[in-house]
This record gives sequence, C-alpha cells and structure tokens, in this order.
Amino acid sequence: MAQSDDTDNQQSADAEVKPARKTARPKRSKRIKRKVVSKPKKPEQSEDSRLRPAAAIVPPQSVAGRALTLVVAIMSFLACLTVGGVSIVWDAADAWQNDLVREITIQIRPTEGVDMLREIDKAVALAQEFPGIGSVRAMSDAETKALLEPWLGEGLQLDGLPVPRLIQITVADPDQLNLEQLSSAVSQNVVGASLDDHSVWTSRLSAMAGAVVAGGFAIMILVLGSMVLSVVFATQSAMAGNKDVVSVLHFVGAEDSFIAREFQRHFLLLGLKGGISGGVAAIMSFLLLDMLTRQGSGQASSDQLSALVGSVSVSLPGYFGVFGVVFLVAILTALTSGLAVKAHLAKVD
Amino acid sequence: MIRFENVGLRYGMGPEILQDLTFQIEPQSFQFLTGPSGAGKTSLIRLLFMSLRPTRGLIKVFDRDLSVIDKQELPRLRRKIGVVFQDFRLLDHLTTYENVALPLRVIGKDESEYRSDVIDLLKWVGLGDRMHALPPVLSGGEKQRAAIARALITRPEVLLADEPTGNVDPPLARRLLRLFIELNKLGTSVIIATHDIALLEQVDARRMVLADGRLSIFD
Repeated sequence: MAQSDDTDNQQSADAEVKPARKTARPKRSKRIKRKVVSKPKKPEQSEDSRLRPAAAIVPPQSVAGRALTLVVAIMSFLACLTVGGVSIVWDAADAWQNDLVREITIQIRPTEGVDMLREIDKAVALAQEFPGIGSVRAMSDAETKALLEPWLGEGLQLDGLPVPRLIQITVADPDQLNLEQLSSAVSQNVVGASLDDHSVWTSRLSAMAGAVVAGGFAIMILVLGSMVLSVVFATQSAMAGNKDVVSVLHFVGAEDSFIAREFQRHFLLLGLKGGISGGVAAIMSFLLLDMLTRQGSGQASSDQLSALVGSVSVSLPGYFGVFGVVFLVAILTALTSGLAVKAHLAKVD
Repeated sequence: MIRFENVGLRYGMGPEILQDLTFQIEPQSFQFLTGPSGAGKTSLIRLLFMSLRPTRGLIKVFDRDLSVIDKQELPRLRRKIGVVFQDFRLLDHLTTYENVALPLRVIGKDESEYRSDVIDLLKWVGLGDRMHALPPVLSGGEKQRAAIARALITRPEVLLADEPTGNVDPPLARRLLRLFIELNKLGTSVIIATHDIALLEQVDARRMVLADGRLSIFD
C-alpha cells in the first residue's frame, strides 16, 4: 500500500513541478517532433543552480495578517499626528514668547501736581539710553483713546480722567538689556511710572506650551502602548499558530534567541510597513492642512486660526518627528515580538 | 554516553508510566527499544532526547546530569542527538532540501558551506530527485527518509528513531534498516523504537523491552 502511495505522490509531485503539456494534434505531431529534434540540446542545470533562495523558517503568512499591519499603521498615523500637533503648538508658543519678550511697556499713572508730558519725555529719554533697546515710542492721545473706546465710548476727554499713559519699547537685543536696572531706573526717576515686561504672560505661555507638549507625549505613549499590546497578542497568536515549527526548531537544537529572531524578522518588516504607511498618511495630512490654510488665507476663519497659532503648518522638526515615530514603531514592534517569543518559550520549557 | 539510573516518570498526578529504568547507551552501539503499544516507548525516547524531565532518578547525557543542567545548555546537547519521529515532523512550507538543511541553518552555518553535504546525503537516502519537492507531495517513505536525513545531517553521536518503519512497506523498511546499520558502522549509536517483530528478527542486536512501565534488557 505504501509503495502505491509512493508512486501516486511521485506522479502528483511531478505534475506540480513540470509545466502542463499541451496535447498536440495528431496531424502536426511529426512536425513538432522534427522541431524538437532539430533544437540544440540545453545543458542540464546543476542541482545548486536549481535551489531556490532559502525560505523563511517561520512562514510569513502565518505570523500576522493585514489586520495587524493596519493596526500598526493607524497607531503610527495617530502618533505622527500628535507629533505634528505638538510641533505646531510649540512653534506658535515660541513665536508668541519671542514677540512678548521683544516688547515691554512703561506705564505712567497720573499724579497730582506732576506734568504728565514731562514725565513721558523723561521716561522716553531714560529708556533710549539703555543698551539693547531698539525703539521707544509714547502712545499718542488718539491711540490711548482708541484703546479705551470699547469700554468708555467715543468722545473721550483724557484731560479730565486719571488715565495712565503707555510707552511702548521694542527690545533690539534681549541679551544686552538688563530689565531689573531699567525697571528700577524708571520707577526712581519718573513719578508714577512702572515697567511691565509681560513676564506673567510669557510664564503662562511657556506653562501652556509645556502642558500641550506633555499631553502630546502622554497621548503618544498611550497610542504606542496600545500598539505594543496588539503586537504582544499577535505574537502569542503567531506562536500558537506555529507550535509545530517551534517544536521542530527545538529538537533540531535551535536556541531560544534564534527562534525569537525568526519571529522578530517578520514583525520588524510588519512594523516598518505599518509605520511607513502611517507616517506617509500623516505627512500627506500635514501637507493638505498647509495647502488648505494657504488657500483659505483672507477668509475670516483662517485668519482667526492664523492669529491664534501663527502659521498652521508643521515645521521641519515636526517632519523629523514623524520619521522618528516610524523608526520607533518598527523597533518597538520587533523588540516587543522578540520579548514576547522569549517569554512564551520560557513558559513552554 | 547516556545513562539512566532508577528513572521514573509520571504525567501530572497520574500513575507512574515508567518505573526504575536503569540502563546505559554505549558509544557505537545498536539497540532496539520494543514493547506493546502504549508501553511508554515514545515517553522514553522523549526522556532520552531531553524534551521531558523524569519525576525521579538520574539521567546523564554526555556526562551532564539532566537535573542540574541549565536550560541554555540543552540546544547544544540536543545537536549531538538526531531524532526521527513517527510523524516525521517536517515543515510543510520548506522543500526537502531546506528541511534537511534546517539543523545546519539553526547553528548559523552559511548555505555555501553545507549545500554539497545536504545534496550528497539526500542522494544517499535516495531523495536526490525529490530535493525541491515540498513535504505534502512526498510519499510516506520519502518523508521518512527526509526525516532520517535531517536527523543525520549534523553527524550526531546518537540517533533515536521512533517507529521509523511504521509508515512504510516491508521492502522499504528493510532498506531503512540497512541505512541505520550502515550509519552505526560509521560510529553513531542507534536506538530504534519499534513493535515490528519482523524488523527485530532481521538484526541480532541488543533489545530493550518495555512492559508495564518496566524495562528488560536482552543483550
């Protein structure tokens, strides 16, 4: 019986290896035969040259399907979006901070018996002497009125009201300017004057930017954490599906690290595929956002957004961040699967 | 080479299926392990191959005590032992050539180093023209020979074969037996687990008979 099985299988194997032969018509059979005879005989291929490149020991199709690649791609996309969002907010906060640091204000409150205009001139002259100061400009009556108009209405007479006056100072070089000295000089030499360096705003802005960045990192860690868990489950399922392969590898003397590497290789490829797909999708989203913002400039909604966060486009560090996420996703996927395989093997023996 | 002293084995809380086994496998020896079905031949083969640990007794493999051996050391010891399983355990997605080359790939050898050795061995076991075929299209006898070739490719010091003739017809069984004898002459200790009486009668070799969990040895 076994012998007959042997022969049957031999035939089926031959049928699989050899290409299907066409049935020649009886009329043309002679001509075909002549043709075959006249052809020069090809040299026989050596056994070595007929060997296919060594197949993967763990079959790739048994490791993880498209579903896991899609999960990794979605997670990378979300992580890249977070990186992009953080980059936009960080750039905006940086721009705000720079603007505020480069502008300080002297406020002069009216005091009885003191000539306000003289005090303003004194303050302007004092400020101009300080190193690092760019320009000093006292706000005109009209500008002060315009500032107060929303609260006090039109036709305001400044002379009759104790309205403080403002002097705008633009800082040319923040490193050269000694704010403490300027502040004490202003309060000592000008009656009723005080210096406002917007430090309250800058500290709040940096706190807000810090919170956004921390939040972004937290979201990214959560997203990558979920991805790692998905990979752990997928690895365990792949190990269960390849129980026979693992058992064979064990009895031919494979070390756990070798088996882990065989699985890891597939997961690294899967992580790269998923990570690159997610990264490319995120980059395309950034470019689309940039394009839409440019197209919409001049419209109210777009201008409001631009006023708030400045340019709504991801800067170069943001794109580097995306590459970093793709790399991190691939490495994390491979490392996680390798550790999961080793943990599984440790439990098996 | 391999030494068992008062070895006992039980699965979980069940009865002891192997009791007080004491024997030694000498270098370049040839023995049959026989007994009725369910006598524990496969369990003993698994103990010999270190894929099971005994519940009591001492097993020494290549002078290493199995009870104190580190898990990391097992693969290196297993490489000195070739195993042919009753169900072959060939990987269906690898060709015959790749299956046979697997133990060499596992130890990190480059294909160019072992290609000719694998091809020669495949020709020796009569599979020279089947090296590109996948196991699902091989016959029982061909799979058996591929499994034997895989067990031999690293030139092991011991060969364990569990029912190697269980799936083949008598002429092929005789041919495989001749192959084992030839291998033994080349220096490998051979242990063949079988309940095929016809096979036992063909060779005058040591017989280890398992019955009711106990081992009797007839030299």
